[in-house]
Amino acid sequence: MSSQTSAPLVEMRDIRVSFGGVHAVDGVSLNLFPGEVVALVGGNGAGKSTLIRTLSGAHPADAGEILINGQRAHIGNPRDAKTYGIETIYQTLALADNVDAAANVFLGRELLTRFGSLNDAAMESATRKVMGRLNPRFRNFKAPVKSLSGGQRQSVAIARAVHFNAKILIMDEPTAALGPAETAQVRDLIVQLKAEGLGIFLISHDIHDVFDLADRISVMLQGRLVGTVQKADVTKDEVLGMIILGKQPGEADAGSLAQALH
Amino acid sequence: MTQAPSAQSAPPSGLLPRVKAAVSAIEVDSRLLSMIVALIVIWVGFNIVSGGKFLEPRNMWNLSVQTASVAVMATGMVLIIVARHIDLSVGSVLGLVGMVMALLSVEIIPKALGFGVNQPWTWIVTVLVGLVLGALIGGFQGGLVAYVGIPSFVVTLGGLLVWRAVTFTLASGRTIAPMDSTFQLLGGGPKGSVGETVSWILGILACLGIVYGIYAARRRRQRYDFPVRPLPLDIGIAVVGCAVILLAVNHANSYPWPAKLAEQYAIANGIDPVGFTLGTGIANPVLIAIGVAIVMTFFATRRRFGRYVYAIGGNPDAAELSGINTRRTIMLTFALMGVLAAVSAVISTARLNAATNQAGTGDELDVIAAAVIGGTSFAGGIGTIPGAVLGALMIQSIRSGMQLIGLDNAPQMIAVGAILVAAVGIDQVLRRRAG
Repeated sequence: MSSQTSAPLVEMRDIRVSFGGVHAVDGVSLNLFPGEVVALVGGNGAGKSTLIRTLSGAHPADAGEILINGQRAHIGNPRDAKTYGIETIYQTLALADNVDAAANVFLGRELLTRFGSLNDAAMESATRKVMGRLNPRFRNFKAPVKSLSGGQRQSVAIARAVHFNAKILIMDEPTAALGPAETAQVRDLIVQLKAEGLGIFLISHDIHDVFDLADRISVMLQGRLVGTVQKADVTKDEVLGMIILGKQPGEADAGSLAQALH
Repeated sequence: MTQAPSAQSAPPSGLLPRVKAAVSAIEVDSRLLSMIVALIVIWVGFNIVSGGKFLEPRNMWNLSVQTASVAVMATGMVLIIVARHIDLSVGSVLGLVGMVMALLSVEIIPKALGFGVNQPWTWIVTVLVGLVLGALIGGFQGGLVAYVGIPSFVVTLGGLLVWRAVTFTLASGRTIAPMDSTFQLLGGGPKGSVGETVSWILGILACLGIVYGIYAARRRRQRYDFPVRPLPLDIGIAVVGCAVILLAVNHANSYPWPAKLAEQYAIANGIDPVGFTLGTGIANPVLIAIGVAIVMTFFATRRRFGRYVYAIGGNPDAAELSGINTRRTIMLTFALMGVLAAVSAVISTARLNAATNQAGTGDELDVIAAAVIGGTSFAGGIGTIPGAVLGALMIQSIRSGMQLIGLDNAPQMIAVGAILVAAVGIDQVLRRRAG
């Protein structure tokens, strides 16, 4: 919200993705400004994850265009997305369980010695540095991430995004696998990263998370964008009405919402 | 294998927890350590039962040569299994590459091309052609797995049948022998070994390598202010490592050339043949296997390629989303396996001094067993190259020891099969208990 006068960091225009004959994402346009958290909400199968995967490079869009800092961007795979400063923290915690934190943080972008070998010491050092910022109690630098707690694993996933100076962070259900204390930790982190000027897309089922963290809320239903609203302008019930009924704020009366909820 | 001291979760008193604490303090792979202990138990056991014959230089030297071929392929099978795949075709690829090399060096180069036998360069061309052929076959199979999406079990089961049939067809069922005189030396034997002096030099170089490796690792960690192991411990590891190497060299040198050969050698070199003996030293195939194991360990642990193979095994989706080219990595892993099968083809064809239709038959099972006994997990992502080499050595030790005490093929197969299943079973139980 703070910097809506500047150019958008990300502008997604008329994005379409279909699987067979199903339009999973059907002409959705969204934007994101620096220092802003945009929550993307909707029921299961609303197309949130599919939409965001076009930005992270996991599944390119069939049509539409993506602009980064006003420039047209071509994102065909995860590597392309990373070159634009887009980092993604996946719902499924996309970590290689059998290797340690540093190997995960640098996976696909390893630091090398001048002989082209892995520079494990440098990677561990950098990982210690970034972890010191995210989760100062993190100690298990030598253990495979499989042996870490959910929160520690999430820190590793976030460290991977943060270390490479992400400009745009996509968080797909970042707290879904976490306990209350760990969830609070991730929330603090989102606030911190926002203050540092990152733009964050937050996909969440948790309406409380969304209202605590987001500046704007974009609602999807059946592959289409119902609407994007300023958090300050709406109530939770109005957002629920958008999610469930696809009605604009004010359109759905309390009765039809209550009916739909039961 | 035996009671691995690492995975006990008893209260912090008594012997086992203290051993566990000591093992974790020295940061040595506990799994590897328990394999070494098991190997020592097997060796000492067979030595007692065989009345001291097992540990004699002659038997140990033969054991080392017999292990080489399977050990070379096991180093590649580790990476294949780590990446959640399997290669059933390695025995047939070995057979085919061996046959092609034999035809090339025995028939095509000397006869069809008219260069005559035993040219000094024949072996080089032969080996190069063999390695390239291995890479092409492995890469082709890997391509079918990675890009077409056919399960590796199916692709390499097909390969097992097809390459064996091609081997038979190429030579119309004949056995091709004898091999080129220089090529033969790659298979071992008294002349195919490096002799006493070179063995000592290599042993000392290996010791220097160990000391430098430990020193460099310490310096690297100190430069980043990471904790280092206590100095006496590092010194202890270096001393034990060097002692084992020098003992092995001394043992290989204590195996004398056959009297007849030594006499011929003495006469040819103008030495008094009376009482003249010559130590054999380390055999060429053993040096090849050690070299392969070192290079493969380097690839697996110090290069991006190895890191990607392990990451793919740990979580294929995560690897893909991290921007790793997983398909290319899988194809390269199979190509590397093909190259290693070709190296083993060189060793076994040279050692037998012939290429037969049956060369390498059933080797895929020994190779997979070696990798699995060495701690490679079919769930993917776990396995080490030194473990697989030790696994190969363990299988061959059991075969050789049982032969020595007069047990034939059937009980040997039962023992290897039982140990394979027991090793994985014990590992599962210990891992579950360790959590």
